[in-house]
Amino acid sequence: MTIPREEMLKIDNTPPRKSWMEVPPDFSKGKFCYPSQIKALEYLKMPNPREWSPTDEDWKLPPNWQEIIHKGFKERLDKYRSLKVFMDVCVRCGACADKCHFFIGTGDPKNMPVLRAELLRSIYRNDFTLAGKILGKLAGARKLTTDVIKEWFSYFYQCTECRRCSVFCPYGIDTAEITMMARELLHLLGISIHWIMDPVSNCTRTGNHLGIQPQNFKEIIEFFCDDIEEITGKRIEPSFNRKGAEILFVTPSGDAFADPGTYSFMGYLMLFEAIGLDYTLSTYASEGGNFGLFTSSDMMKKLNAKMYHEAKRLGVKYIIGGECGHMWRVINQYMDTMNGPADFLEVPKSPITGTVFENAKSTKMVHIAEFTADLIKHNKLKLDPSRNDHLKVTFHDSCNPSRAMGLLEEPRYVIKNVCNHFYDMPANTIRENTFCCGSGSGLNTEEIMELRLRGGLPRANAVKHVHETFGVNMLACVCAIDRAVLPPLMNYWVPGVSVTGLHELVGNALILDGEIERTLNLRMEDLPGAEGEGNDDDE
Amino acid sequence: MNVQYMSALIAVVVLGFLAYIGTEFLGLNSLFGIFIPYLAVCFFLVGAILKVMKWAKSPVPFRIPTTCGQQKSLDWIEQNKIDNPSTTPGVIARMFFEVLLFRSLFRNTKAGIKEGKITYEWEIFLWVGALAFHYSFLTVLVRHMRFFLEPVPGLIGIVETLDGFFQVGTPGVLLSGVVLLGAVLFLLSRRLLIPQVRYISLMADYFPLFLIIGIAGTGIYMRYFARVDVVAIKQLAMSLVTLHPAIPQNVTVSGILYVHLFLVSVLFAYFPLSKLMHMGGVFLSPTRNLANNSRMERHINPWNPDLKFHTYEAYENDFREKMIEAGLPVEKEA
Ligand code: HEM
Ligand code: SF4
Ligand code: SF4
Repeated sequence: MTIPREEMLKIDNTPPRKSWMEVPPDFSKGKFCYPSQIKALEYLKMPNPREWSPTDEDWKLPPNWQEIIHKGFKERLDKYRSLKVFMDVCVRCGACADKCHFFIGTGDPKNMPVLRAELLRSIYRNDFTLAGKILGKLAGARKLTTDVIKEWFSYFYQCTECRRCSVFCPYGIDTAEITMMARELLHLLGISIHWIMDPVSNCTRTGNHLGIQPQNFKEIIEFFCDDIEEITGKRIEPSFNRKGAEILFVTPSGDAFADPGTYSFMGYLMLFEAIGLDYTLSTYASEGGNFGLFTSSDMMKKLNAKMYHEAKRLGVKYIIGGECGHMWRVINQYMDTMNGPADFLEVPKSPITGTVFENAKSTKMVHIAEFTADLIKHNKLKLDPSRNDHLKVTFHDSCNPSRAMGLLEEPRYVIKNVCNHFYDMPANTIRENTFCCGSGSGLNTEEIMELRLRGGLPRANAVKHVHETFGVNMLACVCAIDRAVLPPLMNYWVPGVSVTGLHELVGNALILDGEIERTLNLRMEDLPGAEGEGNDDDE
Repeated sequence: MNVQYMSALIAVVVLGFLAYIGTEFLGLNSLFGIFIPYLAVCFFLVGAILKVMKWAKSPVPFRIPTTCGQQKSLDWIEQNKIDNPSTTPGVIARMFFEVLLFRSLFRNTKAGIKEGKITYEWEIFLWVGALAFHYSFLTVLVRHMRFFLEPVPGLIGIVETLDGFFQVGTPGVLLSGVVLLGAVLFLLSRRLLIPQVRYISLMADYFPLFLIIGIAGTGIYMRYFARVDVVAIKQLAMSLVTLHPAIPQNVTVSGILYVHLFLVSVLFAYFPLSKLMHMGGVFLSPTRNLANNSRMERHINPWNPDLKFHTYEAYENDFREKMIEAGLPVEKEA
């Protein structure tokens, strides 16, 4: 990014003089996500595929677009109590306002969660309430015009559905829920972004966001095994699509594709090897992530259906899921409801420790951090944390595992057992209060880099604090999107801090039976004493 | 100058004048003393019930609690049973703290930028102001039951004793009314002075505040300054609750009382149509009133659609050759 940091920090959050209803959204270059391509929408059979750009005056909406939105809105009010209640009960106390990382980083009043919600609420009032129909603007109502649609497109793609606002709202109003509804409405008009619809269409066909075909997926994993062999002297032979395995392992495809996620994938493979787990990978269910969550509940369901479908076909007993943020929101809060009951699977039980995962007894899916924490607690892993001694580690709680699940202690427990130097960031910025990476919910796209750096500012600022105070040089996380977007964020705001997945740290500390004396870490850097500042910071 | 608060202020002032002129000069005492209060109470009850029923009619398709603490997972990891409940008692505890103590608002912080660093300060005043406002409102409401109940229940006496803790002058100053007015003025000034809050505020936000200022103001005026005839007011109130409404004839009821009563009526009638329904909504919010147990027990979505997804079969058909070549197992040989 070419903007100097000091410039970026001059954040003016005084609201404009004009009412927000009269301030148009900014569609200059870099301020919007590119729209999705015709072929993705056609493949997915989504409405109104066409060539258009947000900078055009005419967005080529279908002729009856107002009716479509009105009906779509009504349908969702009838389907979701959350939407109905959230539309009615906000008192505009403003408690949520400065809780949003996008508001903190941009100062744009429409990035206050309450005002983001008002963008939709104003139409709700106009279309569905008496006061809005009679009093109009005085009641905060306005007519649905194409400018409103443009504004929705702008601001509902400046929300990462992180749910931080809902922690602070006295009624639990979750702006993420409102954003999800607004995006569904926009989809009805064929308005969507490339960075979401492309992965969704890839995932539909190839089983993963990146469009990796089965043979390539296998090849990639075998490359990892080559590296592991070089590092440890041990050859690992994972199986693919194998029937009769005890466990199916599913992780985001980002872990197979891009550093530093790849090192965590190596960590998973080494862990499973160390304990002799009877598991298989699937090339069909090769994506833990689910960009359907950022599209519509229907799309989320269709993509998620593959996990149970494959588990059933392979006849496994249960599923272990890798490190990913939004993937775990889908698994924890939606999967069983949408695609269950998983009565063909068994209640997960660790074959090594005998621990029964009662908390997953219905979905039959266990988080890898839960699984590994249990192994460590029962002393089933041989670990040498000193191999991570050159690292001073802090942990970024991803939004979804924190606020839609509560996975807080498990990863910390694992880190503290595989690293000797761990420092938490300030309490206002971790656990349920954690700040988003700034690029979640499908916004990890290059063209809005400035917005992403602004949205990631509160997170980066907290990392900077522990970097300066304790010399932290490694930011650990349990999310594939984080692993892709935190490196450029750190590069910009806190140079000198690298990013790692949890199981990369595990893989480095883990002692495999019969392994050679290690001289390299999973990044193929010299051990130990090597500075933790790798060159892997660029995307 | 801002059209949102000006129109709210004007509306409340006009409403007050209407009642005063109507009763002092036009003799519409029955309208303002009997007819409108009855109507308002009916409107309130029916409206609030309908609104809650309307919310309840929409299902909760997904279990979406906002988890604010450690989940229940391994036995040796301590769960935060209140902020991340997995059982009904946990949810009840969470709701108890939300509704009675405004737990979430208590978390409030204020973000700022100092010397290139973002800072967060604990911002407790909104919480204090909100609690002071709601509890003094409740106390005032309970105290008013003295006008509507004969004999006056002991509980109200107790509330009054507590309320009159600071005995200054006669009649004794009751804390709740003063706190109510103070808290509302604080909430109003917040709305006017904090630029962001002012930017999001609508007439619908100012209106109830001015209304309550009007109500508390006229109430305090009657109690401490005008010294209105309480016997007459009790007569009127009792006639209303016993459903034998009658304007007291032998004693005069002050015009200010009618203003007070009318503004209360407006508040009641306005309640179900407005954000004041947060009182009901807080109980129905799915991010707060659900247990985080959807991996333990299947949550049912009544409209769960049956959707066609891309099956393994379709996938294998697409990639069979390549899979065979790569040595991946297939269901059907080519
Ligand atoms: C279960 C009952 C209730 C709960 C839990 C509740 C909770 C809250 C909370 C947390 C706030 C936000 C803080 C604030 O802005 O002060 C609020 C605001 C407000 N409440 Fe309530 N409330 C309840 C009942 C009522 C009732 C019966 C009224 C009747 C007048 C009322 C009137 C208001 C008003 C006017 C505001 C906005 C204050 C402002 O403009 O800043 N509430 N309420
Ligand atoms: S905290 Fe909740 S009630 Fe207050 S303004 Fe934000 S969304 Fe509305
Ligand atoms: S969900 Fe997150 S990004 Fe969206 S409005 Fe709330 S705090 Fe901001």
